[in-house]
Amino acid sequence: METGRGPCDTKMALKSKQVGSFREAIADIPDGSTIGFGGFAMPGVAFNLIKALLDQGAKRLTLVGNTTGGAAVPRMPDMGMLVENGQVAKVICAFTAATRPTDVLPFTKYYESGECEAELVPQGTLAERLRAAGAGIPAFFTPTAVGTELAEGRETRVINGREYLLEYALPLDYAFIRAARADTFGNLQFHRAQRNFNPVMAMAARTTIVEVDEPIVPVGGIDPDQVHCSGIFVKRLVQVPPEPEGIWPTRRQERRR
Amino acid sequence: MSDTKGLNRQQMADRMALEFQDGWIVNLGVGIPTMCSNTDLGDVDFTYHSENGIIGYGPVAASGEEDLNLVNAGGQNVTMKPGGSVVHHADSFAIIRGGHIDATVMGAYQVSMTGDFANWKLKGQKGGGIGGAMDLAACARRVFIILEHVTRKNEPRLVTACDLPVTARGVVTLVSTNYGLFEPTGIGFLLREIAPGLTVDEIRATTGGVLTVADNLRSVRLAGSN
Repeated sequence: METGRGPCDTKMALKSKQVGSFREAIADIPDGSTIGFGGFAMPGVAFNLIKALLDQGAKRLTLVGNTTGGAAVPRMPDMGMLVENGQVAKVICAFTAATRPTDVLPFTKYYESGECEAELVPQGTLAERLRAAGAGIPAFFTPTAVGTELAEGRETRVINGREYLLEYALPLDYAFIRAARADTFGNLQFHRAQRNFNPVMAMAARTTIVEVDEPIVPVGGIDPDQVHCSGIFVKRLVQVPPEPEGIWPTRRQERRR
Repeated sequence: MSDTKGLNRQQMADRMALEFQDGWIVNLGVGIPTMCSNTDLGDVDFTYHSENGIIGYGPVAASGEEDLNLVNAGGQNVTMKPGGSVVHHADSFAIIRGGHIDATVMGAYQVSMTGDFANWKLKGQKGGGIGGAMDLAACARRVFIILEHVTRKNEPRLVTACDLPVTARGVVTLVSTNYGLFEPTGIGFLLREIAPGLTVDEIRATTGGVLTVADNLRSVRLAGSN
């Protein structure tokens, strides 16, 4: 299992990680890659990178994220669109269905027909599997999902009188995340709920690609004490252009009924 | 709403919110539970945690004043209260698994008399929507459930045993429905408070297991909601 260990290149610190376009940032992603999509609801989702991946066309992908998306209107670029575009073999998510039983996700049709596989993971387990991958922990025990259908046939252990379920680290080839601010080394700051999965996705991935809201600043432009995610976890940065060229969060609208 | 008897949705939430104590960290699930944040609890000083790492959020933002990067678990644009903070998802669930959440309030399809509950998968459904429910159910210090007392077909939601896939077993300690306030007892449900317009017989006929009635049964208490 590849967990992101590689040679230390000290020259990287001096070289800007900024690339000119979303297309360029994701051009090398091969078929069969495992890609994490950060974000929770609207904040922190790398809409522009997801859209670029739709155009790039890599296939047989495994996508990891909170949800396949598509319950809200207007619909923003999401995992479900890549599924509809025939690019996805499997998703690993905390939701393969909407929270409201009356909402039908675009993804559901592809899942039910067997065109796309899914692994349903409790949200905290998903976050911890990503963190573990980035932290060199191959597996861990959690009380979550013990006694449920998800634990059937799987390894558990009683520790200090309580039963725990064994969960494995979830390493990523790529992570797509969005941040508010970055310096050219990739030190990141998030605004409010933008943070969510993004720091652990960045840790878990060999190649983390970040789309950035504000103009990317030179190294030293962010106080070290105020960095939310260290640039050592980041490989590429793209500045989000203003609308309409760039995609930005929109005001929440009525959900589909 | 499938059943208009008894309390409305806000009142079901208002009753549950009365349980919140000074100093508690409380997590509200999507749906009716989020309506607990509309309840005016006066001086009770507690903090809301949202699974996406937002600690100390306040009411939904006024129209035109939304921060599009600040949402609660349901994706609503909320506000921050003074003293609020933000952590990433792994830390947010460390808060949950680490036993730092005093109470979680969730919706459900069914609750059993042994305190199991089901809220992530419908009958015959492939996959489902777990979100943070299993982590919260397994690890919050108290698990409170709000649900409508019966299904559209007038079948009980308080049942002897869940026939839907469970979210966690033996964790629910209190249930607020439109018919009243209930505690799973292991052999049935204890009715502690009854909603206006309902009779004990009516509730017994629509509740799984043995319905026992508290000696000091009273009408459902309600906090004012704003």
